[in-house]
Amino acid sequence: MAETQGEIKYLIFLGCAIPYRVSAYELSTRKVMEKLGVKLEEMPEFNCCGVPMDPISHEMMLLLAARNLCMAERKGLNIMALCPGCTGALKKVNTMLKNDKNLREEINKHLKEDGLEFKGTIDVKHLIQVLNEDVGLEKIKTLVKKPLKGIKVAEHNGCHVLRPKEYMGFDDPEDPKILKTLIEVTGAECLDYMDESQCCGAPVAGVNDRIPLQLTKEKLAHIRDVGAQALITICPFCHMMFDTNQIRIERMFNEKFGIPTLHYPQLLGLALGMPPEELGFRELRVKPTELLKQLGFQGS
Amino acid sequence: MNEQDKSGQEKMGKQIIKASELDPKFKYEITQMHGGEKLLMCFQCGTCTSDCPVARYSDSYRPRQLIRMTQLGLKERILKSETLWLCAACFTCTDRCPQGVKVADVIRILKNLAIKEGYVPPVFKELASSILDNGYAYRIPELRIKKREQIGLPPLPKGNPESLAKILHGIELKKLLEKRGE
Ligand code: SF4
Ligand code: SF4
Repeated sequence: MAETQGEIKYLIFLGCAIPYRVSAYELSTRKVMEKLGVKLEEMPEFNCCGVPMDPISHEMMLLLAARNLCMAERKGLNIMALCPGCTGALKKVNTMLKNDKNLREEINKHLKEDGLEFKGTIDVKHLIQVLNEDVGLEKIKTLVKKPLKGIKVAEHNGCHVLRPKEYMGFDDPEDPKILKTLIEVTGAECLDYMDESQCCGAPVAGVNDRIPLQLTKEKLAHIRDVGAQALITICPFCHMMFDTNQIRIERMFNEKFGIPTLHYPQLLGLALGMPPEELGFRELRVKPTELLKQLGFQGS
Repeated sequence: MNEQDKSGQEKMGKQIIKASELDPKFKYEITQMHGGEKLLMCFQCGTCTSDCPVARYSDSYRPRQLIRMTQLGLKERILKSETLWLCAACFTCTDRCPQGVKVADVIRILKNLAIKEGYVPPVFKELASSILDNGYAYRIPELRIKKREQIGLPPLPKGNPESLAKILHGIELKKLLEKRGE
């Protein structure tokens, strides 16, 4: 809708977790998008997408998401979100408000308190959707300078980029393909493993720390068992579970995993010919030393 | 295995149900809310529980049981229960329910009602107050913000607390987050 011909331009929606703890995801995304010719503009104003408040008050979640959508409408630009949680909330609320006149009127009553109105003129996409639908695999392929041949990885989509189907719908949650295809474009091989689409447990971490660590541990074991050299994620929360918490999990369960976890744009960036230092590799807790060595990068 | 889970199990499933505990109107309260419409369609097949990642590692968290208890109107027992808060909102149950019950939405509705009754897990207070103060769910340290510049990232978009206060005026968040109950 709000797209000028030829040029791909988005408002980048960072969410809260990325600036708080996961800068490498943002950094690598910006670098990669620049290489691919996608223009990114900043949100004029920001507030939390609403997801963390949904358990407290559904209405508050709706209002927080709607306010962000209004900001984007003012700019006349579609939103590209990096966090699946944000993507889910913004997409869902956008669709709900576009389709349900009564709800729209109700929400607009509140928004009016600050002179805002939801009109329904923009769309929301996740990073992998922009890469797949707007940039396109063909274009990415032509820009791959350093195919990651011989590298074997596994993927973890994260729940909210796929579910609920009713609102996300751009990939099959029972057998997701887009991230896999995007990984294969880099030249790396993407391995299947058991219970691939299972949740990492991150959302429960605020009330219970045992269950999420067990879920993540189970996934790490499946990933190790198929011989993946790295795990590729597209969610800041999943990334914290697999990378930040991996050493804690190893200690807790007395098992060794040593699986470096990369943000997808970090992997893509390497294939586009960028050095690891530019892509925030230093921030990773589980160091991908072997992997980088295999690709001819020293040190780091 | 885990204390939190054990007490949850006692509270939830292993007690005799007394007729006086049942609120027959409770289910209609839920079916009127967005996402709760199909509650009465549940035929207890158990798909939600068997596919729930949390149920896999919890001794007490069982979405199918929560749905049945909601149909029966065991309102107090559900709203007081700590296990309610274990749902990861992963939506696997919603996507797989053969009857179209939006299980995760029903559980979200139950959480919203629990909050109204005054059962508030502490983590939500922190998140909410941070959002109201600066727009972000977390308080991002100065150091992080400075570091952005050093690694070549643009300044973070600002929050607008005045605007948020106006828009959220009707929700009475402060009142919601007061801990009552117990
Ligand atoms: S999957 Fe649906 S029908 Fe089956 S028990 Fe769960 S809510 Fe009920
Ligand atoms: S949404 Fe909640 S109840 Fe449903 S499968 Fe996920 S954790 Fe279990």
